[in-house]
Amino acid sequence: MIALEKVTKRYGRQTVVDEVSIAFGGEGVTALIGPNGAGKSTLFGLVGRLLQAEAGRIVVDGMDVASTSSSELAKILAVLRQDNHIAARLTVHDLVEFGRFPHSRGRLTLHDREHIENAIGYLELEPYRDRFLDELSGGQRQRAFVAMVLAQDTKYVLLDEPLNNLDLRHMTEIMRLIRRMADELGKRVVIVLHDINFAATYADRIVAMRNGIVVADASAREVMRPDVLAAVYDTPVDVREIDGKPVALYYG
Amino acid sequence: MLTDPVPTESGALTTVGLHRTRLATSWASPRVRLAVLGAVVLALTAGYLFTDVPGSLAFALKIRGLTVLAMLVVATAVGVSTVVFHTITQNRILTPSIMGFDAFYVLISTVIVFFSGSAAFLAFDQLTLWLVQVVVMVAFSVLLFTWLFGGKRRSIHLMLLVGIVLGTFFRSFTEWMQRMLDPLDFQVLSDAMFASLTRPDETLLALTAGLVALGCAVIVPLLRTLDVLTLGEPAAVGLGVDHKRVVMALFAGVSIMVAASTALVGPILFFGLIVANLAYSYAGSFRHVWTLPAAVLIGMICLLGGQLVLERLFGFGGTLSTVIDFAGGLFFLYLVLRKGAR
Repeated sequence: MIALEKVTKRYGRQTVVDEVSIAFGGEGVTALIGPNGAGKSTLFGLVGRLLQAEAGRIVVDGMDVASTSSSELAKILAVLRQDNHIAARLTVHDLVEFGRFPHSRGRLTLHDREHIENAIGYLELEPYRDRFLDELSGGQRQRAFVAMVLAQDTKYVLLDEPLNNLDLRHMTEIMRLIRRMADELGKRVVIVLHDINFAATYADRIVAMRNGIVVADASAREVMRPDVLAAVYDTPVDVREIDGKPVALYYG
Repeated sequence: MLTDPVPTESGALTTVGLHRTRLATSWASPRVRLAVLGAVVLALTAGYLFTDVPGSLAFALKIRGLTVLAMLVVATAVGVSTVVFHTITQNRILTPSIMGFDAFYVLISTVIVFFSGSAAFLAFDQLTLWLVQVVVMVAFSVLLFTWLFGGKRRSIHLMLLVGIVLGTFFRSFTEWMQRMLDPLDFQVLSDAMFASLTRPDETLLALTAGLVALGCAVIVPLLRTLDVLTLGEPAAVGLGVDHKRVVMALFAGVSIMVAASTALVGPILFFGLIVANLAYSYAGSFRHVWTLPAAVLIGMICLLGGQLVLERLFGFGGTLSTVIDFAGGLFFLYLVLRKGAR
């Protein structure tokens, strides 16, 4: 499990993560939701050791993030951030290869190559393996990054808003893949989402944040209630049952 | 450049075709490309060493051999440091000169001329001058780096900004002092401020080569890590790179190389930009195993070619930096315009 104990992060005087204590990363998919500025990405940054917490402790499977070597953590925890701008021209294959860096330090073994091939296959990227990333559509590009994370072969996979800038079809495609990764490969996926209906459809558990604290942490059905969502987003949200599934309506 | 069709959403057939086109357009593997560069360098070296020999061949070889060695040292320092700097900063239109290396070199020389006159400057012990230059430049860049990157702030951009501001300050200060110089002193100083690779001092060349080798020794074990750094800091950290430690080590290597070679030949970083960007488009791979040697070899071609043009075409009627600056300026414009068009 990824356990946070009273973790606090401030930018200047502003507290963005406020004494958060929570454990996530159980089996299946956990969705992290909340309005902009709630501290979701900051929380990911802290777990992914990009940011340093002012106070508190983060422990991943018994390893303290602050004191464990970065390369050890990279073998059990993969983090995909929101914007991945790359100055160099890489092909899909080059990118996925990087996923093996924590294990091989750049000297690929046969075993590494297997993982790379599997990841490319799993994300159906074979036709694009030699394409440059800037020649891909947004959806294909995002799949390539997910493939890199998959090649990293970690127990935990943290994805920060992987649906950003994707159209309907590609959003659904990515979410299905994430669900399959959890069900078939046993990955424990934690994912930041803005579309709560995607969270409700694909996640086993929803954690809601607001103003740096966790305001809800329960199963999808329990969180998908008008009063809970309205409190999280500070805006009226209607929830209707369609075919036995809760669907949030927030289009005004 | 590659001219690929617009990516199609669902077209296995087109992609197969694309794959073939790429193999066809990519005329050679990185290894072959590098070998071609090596051959060009060897040819230019032979041309420089053995043609147009006025007197004794042995004497010419000795003098010119030293110049070629100096070029090799400088091309290595400039090529490697610029490419590494680009990777660290995630920006391909900078050179390490932004950290004020060149500005510092000019400032130190100006201060000496200002306070003790050109006669004393010319009589100054070369070794002492070189040592002072190297120590001051390394100390300054390391200070700047540990202050703005090693501390809590950890911002490369802030470091670059402070570097630009301080560099501008040193340049203005230098100009102000130069304005008050005796015209003769100024003449001597100006002469010294153009990079010159001919007739290097043997001891200094050996010392510089040593420091450049030291810089390479720091950087070479990190080649694969450098590849990961091209993904940017967040992704690199996610892949288990100890970003702070690695970047500090790389930067130390860059500082040592740049300081030593600048102290040897004068402000020389200007052509790092051309060399590095040519290397990226030519090397055929983004991997530093290929781009770094390509940058060094292209640097050699620039220096040897520039020197040949200068000596044989213009009869020393100019400076090497003028020749390379002219070509480099044009190339830079091309880069900027192409970037804008994309």
